[in-house]
Amino acid sequence: MKNFIGNVLFLDRSDINTDEIIPAKYLTENDKTALKPHLLEDLKLPGFDSAKDLDDKQIIITKANFGCGSSREHAPWALEVNGIHVVIAKSFARIFRQNMFNCGMLAIALSDADIEMIDSEFAHTSTNVSIDVENGIIHLSSEEKEYNIEFSISDFDKALIKIGGWVEYADLHY
Amino acid sequence: MGLTIAEKIFKDHLIDEPFGDVSVLKLDRVFCHEITTPIAILDLMDRGKDRVFDPDKIKAVIDHVTPAKDSKTAMQGKILREWAKRHGIKDFFDIGHNGVCHAIFPEKGFVHPGFTIIMGDSHTCTHGAFGAFAAGVGTTDLEVGILKGVCTFKKPDTYKLEITGTKPAGVYAKDIILKIIQELTVNGATNMVIEFAGEVVDKMSMEERMTLSNMAVEAGATCGICAPDMTTVEYLWEFIKDDYAGKKEALESFSRYKSDRDARYVKEKTIDVSRMEPLTTFGHKPDNVKPVSQMAGTKVDQVYIGSCTNGRIEDLRVAAKVLKGNKINENVRAIVSPATPKIFSQALAQGLINIFMDAGFCVTNPTCGACLGMSNGVLAEGEVAAATTNRNFNGRMGKGGMVHLMSPATAAATAIKGEIANSEMFTL
Repeated sequence: MKNFIGNVLFLDRSDINTDEIIPAKYLTENDKTALKPHLLEDLKLPGFDSAKDLDDKQIIITKANFGCGSSREHAPWALEVNGIHVVIAKSFARIFRQNMFNCGMLAIALSDADIEMIDSEFAHTSTNVSIDVENGIIHLSSEEKEYNIEFSISDFDKALIKIGGWVEYADLHY
Repeated sequence: MGLTIAEKIFKDHLIDEPFGDVSVLKLDRVFCHEITTPIAILDLMDRGKDRVFDPDKIKAVIDHVTPAKDSKTAMQGKILREWAKRHGIKDFFDIGHNGVCHAIFPEKGFVHPGFTIIMGDSHTCTHGAFGAFAAGVGTTDLEVGILKGVCTFKKPDTYKLEITGTKPAGVYAKDIILKIIQELTVNGATNMVIEFAGEVVDKMSMEERMTLSNMAVEAGATCGICAPDMTTVEYLWEFIKDDYAGKKEALESFSRYKSDRDARYVKEKTIDVSRMEPLTTFGHKPDNVKPVSQMAGTKVDQVYIGSCTNGRIEDLRVAAKVLKGNKINENVRAIVSPATPKIFSQALAQGLINIFMDAGFCVTNPTCGACLGMSNGVLAEGEVAAATTNRNFNGRMGKGGMVHLMSPATAAATAIKGEIANSEMFTL
């Protein structure tokens, strides 16, 4: 199982698409590590600078419909090679969400209210998150406060996370 | 309780329901292209599992960057080519025979009603036009599909869209799907199958249905399905004529994949197209939609007609009708990419290629290239494109470029005017 702990990058926008996460011109790479410097390079978000803002961040917290658009698994791979194994959002596009779990990574959907609460309490502070997959708990902490939020993923998703991904699971069962 | 088309297909292909959470389906087709497949192939090789579940059910094409533009894209083609050869995948379409995947695979008769299909490409939903369940997936799903012939999906909640009325002149399938995306928004159908129904869909050609189904994913949908009917039979007839005594028998067989009268939909909506105007997009989301009349006068640098949305013969015919006898504006460059070699040949035989060339268009070989800014018409920073493609995302056709999505008719009119324009002024 991958590790699901780290510092948070807040992306305050809905509908961030996979072209923004990794532009199509890098889809000619057959080596995932080549994607590393280009993560979120075309993100349209005022004030965001992918060269600086990704530094030492392992968890993304964002709004609705994250990962919409192209099916490219290069999007989760670009996150993975940057050490980001978790995205927490109000909702995800189907293919992106499936790609995350297929790679043994976590895409956690929380209610609008939970995301707004996290946003107001933590967004402008340096925040650390650790995730207890087994018990479904997100632990958030900043210098001033700590908070636990419950989440749920399906048993099938949990099985993918534990075994390392869909190739491993399918190999065992089909 | 009756079943929807998607539920019937799921029922026929179900092999497992792990934890009761998801459905593992047996696949009838795994489609592959050179952008998302090579990494799956390399990973299978790494794992010592370089096998395919059934070479006859796997179809492959080099379409995104062709001819190769550099060493990296040449290598992607090489990996796919050698893999197809190694595994006896007979339906592999290389340069000279290749075309945009979602145009060439249906054209070859590979998509039948009731099929389950995956591809490492989000616009795989296009094939739902034939009454199939077809979904875009990532490389890992593709890899397992290639190796095992299975894929997992959540149960297919269906959103029924009844499209009624009469299309006004100048309004095409593209305008209708843009209106649908505007109303549903970019995640209005996430994790759902859209079923397109109603008199407007019934009257549509397979090409028009493919345009509708193609952009279902822009509303978040897993697949966009149309019920199979005589139009589906006619389109497929040359490929299925040995399997059925006649077209009537084929229709009867296909009718199995119509939704039952008492099927349960999670959502239903009726859209009347009678008062519609031609539409286009603004901004960087496909649900940012406005009437062409409100966007008229917006200057463009490049016009692109092609892609899996609107690169088929009917699209070229409509554009050529607008262009005939006209020249494109001197401040515009225009590109047309017929989506397959067959479409290219038809367009040549029907004199359409001449019309495009006389108007000042550059005619390219079949490829996806420009639509996603990979080759064949990338925009410069600050440039504006009018395109018959499917995504206006930031940077989509080139970093810092703006894309306005529209029908082939509107795109042709826009090429002539040099600014977004209604096609009616050229066809009345």
